Amino acid sequence: MGNSAGATVDGSPGPSAHRPPLPDGLIAVVKRDCPTCELVVPVLEQLAEAGPLTVYTQDDPAFPESVAATDDTRLAFSWHHDIETVPTLILARDGKEEDRTVGWSRPHWEKLTGVDDLGPDLPEFRPGCGSLSVDPSLTSELAVRFGGSVLQSRRVELARLEDPFEAAFDRGWTDGLPVVPPTEARVMAMLEGTSRAADDVVAEIPPDLHEATVEQIAINAVMAGCRPEYLPVVLAAVEAACTQEFNMHGLLATTFFSGPILVVNGPIAKRLGMNSGGNAFGQGNRANMTIGRALQLVVRNLGGGRPGEVDMAMLGSPGKLSFCFAEREHDSPFSSLAAERGFGPYADTVTVFAGSGPTAIIDQISRTPESLVRSLAACLRSTGHPKLAMGFDAMLVVSPEHGRIFAQAGWDKDRLRAELDELLTMSGAEMVRGVDGIEEGLPEAFADEQVPKFRPGGLQIVHAGGDAGLFSAVLDGWVGGNIGSVPVTVEIRP
Amino acid sequence: MTATNTNSTTDGIPLVVLDPTAGKAATDVQPAPRPSGLSGLTVGLLDISKPRGNVFLDQVESHLDRLGAKVVRYRKPTFAKPAPVDLRHEIAVNCDAVIEALAD
Repeated sequence: MGNSAGATVDGSPGPSAHRPPLPDGLIAVVKRDCPTCELVVPVLEQLAEAGPLTVYTQDDPAFPESVAATDDTRLAFSWHHDIETVPTLILARDGKEEDRTVGWSRPHWEKLTGVDDLGPDLPEFRPGCGSLSVDPSLTSELAVRFGGSVLQSRRVELARLEDPFEAAFDRGWTDGLPVVPPTEARVMAMLEGTSRAADDVVAEIPPDLHEATVEQIAINAVMAGCRPEYLPVVLAAVEAACTQEFNMHGLLATTFFSGPILVVNGPIAKRLGMNSGGNAFGQGNRANMTIGRALQLVVRNLGGGRPGEVDMAMLGSPGKLSFCFAEREHDSPFSSLAAERGFGPYADTVTVFAGSGPTAIIDQISRTPESLVRSLAACLRSTGHPKLAMGFDAMLVVSPEHGRIFAQAGWDKDRLRAELDELLTMSGAEMVRGVDGIEEGLPEAFADEQVPKFRPGGLQIVHAGGDAGLFSAVLDGWVGGNIGSVPVTVEIRP
Repeated sequence: MTATNTNSTTDGIPLVVLDPTAGKAATDVQPAPRPSGLSGLTVGLLDISKPRGNVFLDQVESHLDRLGAKVVRYRKPTFAKPAPVDLRHEIAVNCDAVIEALAD
C-alpha cells in the first residue's frame, strides 16, 4: 500500500499533512475483536504504570476499559503507520519509530519495553489478528481517504438528497439499466485488477475517437458491475472492438441489428467463472453479463455512441446490452476459435464478432454427420435472406449434443467446414432478383455463377451450450470483410 | 465498527463519483454560413454506396442544375465506414456546399 505517497495530482496536500504524529514512549494498537488483544490487557495495565503509553483502538473506543485509549476507528493512525497486525507495540522517541513487535511474545515485549515480568499469567506467545486497516474490504476506501488519489477523472459531487442510481440516469450515463455508482474507492479497487497504469491509453473509442485510458474504462467497468479480475478482459475487448478491421463506428451507426459479440477463450474463462454451458447466451452469469456490458458502456460514455444519435439501429437487439460468452473448450470436438485464429491452447483471448441473435437450428433426428451438416447448412442458407450471399457473415454455435455426432464420426472442424462450404455453394440462377416471385436477391449478373453463401472467412464456428438440447444456433453477422467488419481476436494480458 | 461503507454518505460527506464520460462537454460546432443561393456555387453530392442511392442523387443533381449550381459527385468506398479523411478534405477544398444523406 502506498501509505507514504506525496502530493496528490490536483496539488492538494498529500497524506503526510494528515499523518498522525507518533507520541513518544510506547504505542499499542489494538481492537476488541481480537482475542490476543484481550489477552494483553493486563500487560497494557502494567506498561501504563511503568511509563508513557498511548493505546489506539480500532473498533471500540471503550476498549480496553482499564487503560485510557485513543479512538482510531477512522483508522488514520493505523493506516499511516502501516499497522498490519493487532496488537502492534511500537517504541517511539522524538516522533520517530525505534522498534515494533506484533502479536504477543513475552520476550519481544520485554526487550522492546525494558520492563520485566510482563503478563506472568499469560502464555509465552500468541499470534495477533489482522489489523482493520488492511482488511481487504476497506483498503480501497482507506487509500482514497488517506492516500491521495492518483485518479485523473473529474469528480462529480452528488447532492445530499440525490439518489446515486437516479443521478446516473439523469446524467445519461446508463444503458437503461441501473449502474453501480463509480466511487473513487470502487474504481481504485477495479484498477487492482490490471497491472497496467491508470493513465495508459487503451484505444480510440468511436464515434468521437476519444483516447480512452485504463482508468476511464475501469470507471465504466465498475458501472457495468464487473469485478476487478474481469478488467483485463474488458480492456482486451475494448482494444479489439476499436480496431480499424472490426469497425466499431460502422457497427454502431448501422440500421442493422448487430452489436459486438464477445467470445472468450482460454483458462481465464474458467478462472472468472464464465459460462460456456447451459444458458451461455442468457442471463445469470456475472462475468458474461458485465464484461459485454462494460464494452457497450465504454462506447456510450467515452465514445459518445448513443441510440437515436450515431446509433441508428432500426430495431437493435437485446444483445446490445451485453453479449459475451466463453467457448466450451473442455469437451469440444473442434479446435477452438482462438486456436483457429492462431493462438496457443493456454492463451487467454477475446474475439469480437459483429452480430446478433441467436437464430435457432433444430435437428433432433439426425444421428449421422452427413445428415446433420445438411440441416446446419439449410438453416445457414437463410441467414439474412436465402437469396442473398457473401455480404453478411455468421457465427455457427454448435451445441454439445450436435458436436458429439460429429466427434463420434471423427469429423473435426476442418471437415465440418469443408462440408459446409460445399453445401453452402449455391446456384446463382436460383438466387437472382425476381426468382420465386421475390424481388430481393442477387443481381442478374450472378445468374450463371456458383455462389458461396459466405465470403471466405465469413463463417465462424464455435462450441458452446448446455449438456442437453439437440439444437445449435446461428449468430447472424453484419456486413463482412473490408467493407464492413472483420472479427478481431486480442490476447488478454494481466 | 468503522464507518467505511463505500456506498453511502455515512460521515455526512456527499457522495462523489467519477465522471464516466471523461468530462466531455458537448462541443458546440457552428455550421458554416449558409449561402443565400446556389447559383454559380459548386455543390458536392456524396454517395455513401447504399443500393439505389445513385438513383436518388441523379434526381437531386438535375434539380441543382436547374438552380444553376455546378455539381460534383463523390462516393464513399463503403456505407459501413466513415468517409476517408482524404475524401472529406477533397470535398471541403473543391466545394462550396455538400449534400450527404443516408438513403435507405
